[in-house]
Amino acid sequence: MTPDAVGASPPALTFRAASFGYAGRPAIEGIDGTVRRGEALALVGPNGAGKSTLLKGIVGEAARLAGAVDLHGFAVRNLAYLPQQPEIDRSFPITAEEFAATGLWRRLGPWRRYGPGHRAELSEALARVGLGGHEGHLIGALSGGQMQRLLFARTLLQDAPLVLLDEPFTAIDARTEADLLGIVRAWREEGRTVIAALHDLGQVRAVFPTALLLARRAIAWGPTAEVLTPENLARAEGRPLPDAGAADAAETAALAALGSS
Amino acid sequence: MIDLLLGPFVEFSFMRRALAGCFALSLSAPPIGVFLTLRRMSLMSDAMSHAILPGAAVGFLVSGLSLPAMTFGGLAAGLAVALLSGAVTRSTALKEDASLAAFYLVSIALGVMLVSLKGSNVDLLHILFGTVLALDDPALLLIGGISAVTLLWLAIAYRPLVVECVDPLFLRLSGRASAVTHLSFLGIVVLNLVGGFQALGTLLAVGIMLLPAVIARFWATTLPGLLPISVLASLVSSYAGLLLSYHAELPSGPAIVLTAGALYLLSILVGRNGGLVWRMRRPSHAAA
Repeated sequence: MTPDAVGASPPALTFRAASFGYAGRPAIEGIDGTVRRGEALALVGPNGAGKSTLLKGIVGEAARLAGAVDLHGFAVRNLAYLPQQPEIDRSFPITAEEFAATGLWRRLGPWRRYGPGHRAELSEALARVGLGGHEGHLIGALSGGQMQRLLFARTLLQDAPLVLLDEPFTAIDARTEADLLGIVRAWREEGRTVIAALHDLGQVRAVFPTALLLARRAIAWGPTAEVLTPENLARAEGRPLPDAGAADAAETAALAALGSS
Repeated sequence: MIDLLLGPFVEFSFMRRALAGCFALSLSAPPIGVFLTLRRMSLMSDAMSHAILPGAAVGFLVSGLSLPAMTFGGLAAGLAVALLSGAVTRSTALKEDASLAAFYLVSIALGVMLVSLKGSNVDLLHILFGTVLALDDPALLLIGGISAVTLLWLAIAYRPLVVECVDPLFLRLSGRASAVTHLSFLGIVVLNLVGGFQALGTLLAVGIMLLPAVIARFWATTLPGLLPISVLASLVSSYAGLLLSYHAELPSGPAIVLTAGALYLLSILVGRNGGLVWRMRRPSHAAA
């Protein structure tokens, strides 16, 4: 099911008949396929399709009920994962700068010195997400968009080969969205693997060359243009297949349905 | 004047011992209290301190007012309740605060019952409210040791502790540090409560841990401010409380905790960060 176009690069992540869920009940089943290094894969599907569960399954926050996930030599701690609802205590008295610096945890651990090189890297990351000048602000004083920028700054510092993003652009302003999409593009150009759950099909078409359409199982997986067809979207939604003449209308409807979810 | 402020400590060794014990506690317990309040675990520490009572009481039953026996009993019981209440919360529908309240009510009743089986009301008062004016060498060494271990632990675990507080999921996915940090934090809390129990008794041990921490919240916004201010508040309360208890012939433990209480009231009124006076002056900031 994996596209041949990027078949040349080595694998980053392989699912083998993998099912994930909670309390023994599967939320998504029978996922089979490989994500190549440097690939930017969008997870698309209606609400409850299992996009978040699949991402949680990769990092072990959702239980793997069957099959296997192969990270090809990487460990979960090498990945960067940005959940849709982070367990962050926004009232904790920590500054934006200090919070972003936690992205260095994997490299510095509890004791290693936080040196001038790290400091430079940190201020560069904050500048890249547009938070230069906000270093000393407490995270509780940041807006939703600024907090998301800060989380991207931390992800930048994690310097991870595989980045998992769960609906990273929900409930943020258009400018923040554009800036952060730019960072996703940059990750792609740097050869990092990005897997993102998204509901905005326009975004998917613009930034993600490959897509995986989900509806509690894989509906289609491949080049974005071949995956996001009206027929596939209708199947994911559980609606009857549109006839040829109604295809455009069907796609519009599917877009609207996905966009509102 | 100097005689009034220093006289009791120059003249009486039991006052010096009390001051040394309280100062040692003041270095370690308030920073732990800061993290407890930030993690909204104040009630947890309360429950754990009460849980120490039946453990100490069993030690008392077995070997009288013996420090090692009561310390060991208290340590074991405190750790047991910390782990049990976590397990009850995870495996039942009960919210953590409810399960903690249940644990600590049972603990107090059981502890008082156990002490009364063998001891007098005076023994009970000693266990509940401590004997800060009768700290002997082993007790002082224990408190000093606990204080040193706590400061060392804070130095080692500071980074993961902060990350664990602010974004537990992030730390959980970054390796084993999360579980190690959480469990060792609970252990350190119990250790400090056991240390505080020597001086202030099981009921008031939390006082020197939590009151300085909430006082600090009125004067600082970030950890580099909160931690030293909490220590300072605790040092001042210990010193002023002991002095007050000496001159006014009041019981020492309650005097120390009441002094901290007075500082707390003062902070509510004039604290730079959210004190009532400032809120009334700048009504537009009242909601912030």
